[in-house]
Amino acid sequence: MTYEAKLRVWRGDDDGGDLRDFAVDVNDGEVVLDVIHRLQAEQAPDLAVRWNCKAGKCGSCSAEINGRPRLMCMTRMSTFDEAETITVTPLRAFPVIRDLVTDVSFNYEKAREIPAFAPPKDLQPGEYRMDQIDVERSQEFRKCIECFLCQDVCHVVRDHEENKKAFAGPRFLMRTAELDMHPLDTLDRKDMAQEDLGLGYCNITKCCTEVCPEHIKITDNAIIPMKERVADRKYDPVVWLGNILFNRTK
Amino acid sequence: MVEIERHSYDVVVIGAGGSGLRAVIEARQRGLRVAVVTKSLFGKAHTVMAEGGCAAAMGNANSKDSWQVHFADTMRGGKFLNNWRMAELHAQESAERVWELETYGALFDRTKDGRISQRNFGGHTYPRLAHVGDRTGLEIIRTLQQKIVSLQQEDKAELGDYDARIKVFAECSITELIKDGDAIAGAFGYWRETGKFVVFEAPAVVLATGGIGKSFKVSSNSWEYSGDGHALALRAGSSLINMEFIQFHPTGMVWPLSVKGILVTEGVRGDGGVLKNSEGKRFMFNYIPPVFKGQYAETEAEADQWLKDNDSARRTPDLLPRDEVSRAINAEVKAGRGSPHGGVYLDIASRMTPEEIKKRLPSMYHQFLELAEVDITKDEMEVGPTCHYVMGGIEVDPDTGAAATPGLFAAGECSGGMHGSNRLGGNSLSDLLVFGRRAGLGASDYVRALSKRPTVSDAALETATAMAMEPFDGPEGTAKPENPYTLHAELQQTMNDLVGIIRTGPEIQEALAKIEEYKVRYRNIGSEGGRAFNPGWHLALDMRNMLLVSECVAKASLARTESRGGHTRDDYPKMDSEWRRTLLACRTVGDDAVVPEVSVTKELQPPMREDLLAQFELEELGKYYTDEELAAHPGRTEERS
Repeated sequence: MTYEAKLRVWRGDDDGGDLRDFAVDVNDGEVVLDVIHRLQAEQAPDLAVRWNCKAGKCGSCSAEINGRPRLMCMTRMSTFDEAETITVTPLRAFPVIRDLVTDVSFNYEKAREIPAFAPPKDLQPGEYRMDQIDVERSQEFRKCIECFLCQDVCHVVRDHEENKKAFAGPRFLMRTAELDMHPLDTLDRKDMAQEDLGLGYCNITKCCTEVCPEHIKITDNAIIPMKERVADRKYDPVVWLGNILFNRTK
Repeated sequence: MVEIERHSYDVVVIGAGGSGLRAVIEARQRGLRVAVVTKSLFGKAHTVMAEGGCAAAMGNANSKDSWQVHFADTMRGGKFLNNWRMAELHAQESAERVWELETYGALFDRTKDGRISQRNFGGHTYPRLAHVGDRTGLEIIRTLQQKIVSLQQEDKAELGDYDARIKVFAECSITELIKDGDAIAGAFGYWRETGKFVVFEAPAVVLATGGIGKSFKVSSNSWEYSGDGHALALRAGSSLINMEFIQFHPTGMVWPLSVKGILVTEGVRGDGGVLKNSEGKRFMFNYIPPVFKGQYAETEAEADQWLKDNDSARRTPDLLPRDEVSRAINAEVKAGRGSPHGGVYLDIASRMTPEEIKKRLPSMYHQFLELAEVDITKDEMEVGPTCHYVMGGIEVDPDTGAAATPGLFAAGECSGGMHGSNRLGGNSLSDLLVFGRRAGLGASDYVRALSKRPTVSDAALETATAMAMEPFDGPEGTAKPENPYTLHAELQQTMNDLVGIIRTGPEIQEALAKIEEYKVRYRNIGSEGGRAFNPGWHLALDMRNMLLVSECVAKASLARTESRGGHTRDDYPKMDSEWRRTLLACRTVGDDAVVPEVSVTKELQPPMREDLLAQFELEELGKYYTDEELAAHPGRTEERS
């Protein structure tokens, strides 16, 4: 079964651009990325699109489909009405390079600001012992394919470029929670989550969880527990009193 | 001349998958300055597609496992065509490499006593694959990526600059290696984002570019797999071996058409899933080949017993090496016992509870639900062979990864020898770690021993620039410009149909004639638009590599008149001992600089060291070796005395 879909694709670069209309054939079972590829092969050979695995594993083909951040390779055409016009635009929170490709370097800069895994110094390779139940919490977060859809949708930075400096975004708050919950990590990451990564900016609207293609419960399982740990530290009256009595600053 | 951005490094690693990143870590830890150049974003490399696990004889699940058993399994899997030294190093070092990943922060699934859990896989005697559900490749690439970030953090603390010792050049493609005399002097390429040209001056280059699957229509590989490293090495004067051996993974998705070829992990069978035909019969019991007779279960009861306890029964034939399973599926479909969309059934639903399936195979569950609307906890999957891996690659020194061209090194899928004629599942991730490290080491030692650095000449840069710009010039005269997408689709169809899973001499010859035609048409290739992020231009440049590598595959396939592993000739169906010790080496000849001609030469396989040969029973070796080769085997000398 084949039909002709109405597609509206943003074309342009950092100087500006606009939405262009195309009509493209669609076959049974196809996803948006298939249709974008057909458009490229038959009508617009220089249409810029980033993709790799086409199997939902690499997180490269992130875009906004009808305004919703999604992976193009995991969005089936059958989820739309055949008469509907499908609009495909680049991720809004990042600067456009060309067409559907954006500059996501913000994410790689934030990744560098998170101190690495710090195992106990005397533990030799091969001696690591951890229980499955203890690694599972961090394993959920390590399912992340770094598609950056959560970073794109998060309202803290989506419409507030000025917050980017102080806010690492859901992906990297989750990375901090992942390391904090790693059974063998020795660093205390609570203060840095609050002070360096901007944990406090998040007001748990759960938009990140909603768009995650890996169905990771970013807000419930990573960010809220992290906030609770920070709160325990900050407002614990005993710690507060101890800090004053013993002149501890941190 | 157009402006060219210049960089200078000690080592340039091309490719940022598992082997490339492990090479970077090694060279950096030996104090060298390293650039890693990747066509994609950092952390997106093809390694993320590996699902089932990373093979290493840690003995966590069965203490009888050892590197010797892993070595022997690897040689059997490759039908004894493997480079024995590579198989030995791989089996000896993979456990250390996996443990090292834990120190970088990797979180593998655990055994009850807290060690790394290991799962069953095709061709492995014991449960051997370290894994994280069915997303082991993602865990490994992310771990290596995060280790590199941590090294950059150390460099920032010490030298004030994250990029002081390691710099990642993401979305940057290399089109040419540049030499000074015979030796490597650097690499030339372009930034995908801007189309601007860039040269890396470096005395050592490590190729870690992965495979060639994008030349085939039904493939589990991404667009990146255009054989860049294979082609770069050939054009630099190095040789490729074993290019006729292509692994068709037995279980790719077959429906819907748009996802045909996407991988379904062998872990499904490793965890108890079984293959069935349209009659509901578990057909693999009918396909145990003579060389493996006696090693596999012959009844369903025995196979199921083995799953519960692998010491009390023989292993299930659902987990024969991949080449065997692919051929079996092919035969079932041909005999009219296939599924509606031309595959067979893979059943996990009747073997495990829905909760357990979702826990052990979460990616597969989502993949089928979201792409095919199939709930694998309730229904069977439809699967069939898909082009997955190339055993062939750059001929290297096993210990250092050095190619024939001085200063050139290779590791991972783009190198050849380790897996012989067929790779065992799980041996790829471990291969990346073991030989990525060794190539990084080899390159570091090479650079340290140099008395003077080679230089990149202006003439070489001019030639490379002109070659990269050619697609914009279009055809000479009035010829119609060739659409790179059309040419690519035709090449994929040809390789799939004529040099695919089952081959014949006349069909391969037909493929070679078509490749010749494509090479002529390639001269007329035309790219529209500008140089900034232009996929049509990128594909045109990648096509140059795909054509060269496809010719190697076809020519080597035509020359090898036997069937073995990932090379099945319908007109020569038997395995031939004379061919076991014969390697086919591809080199470029002639003066066509765009897509050179390929020559194929027979080379002798180095004979296995005697203590390793003694690991095998004489009876088993007799199925693979010529009589003359076994004269010195201890079993034989005993017979005589």
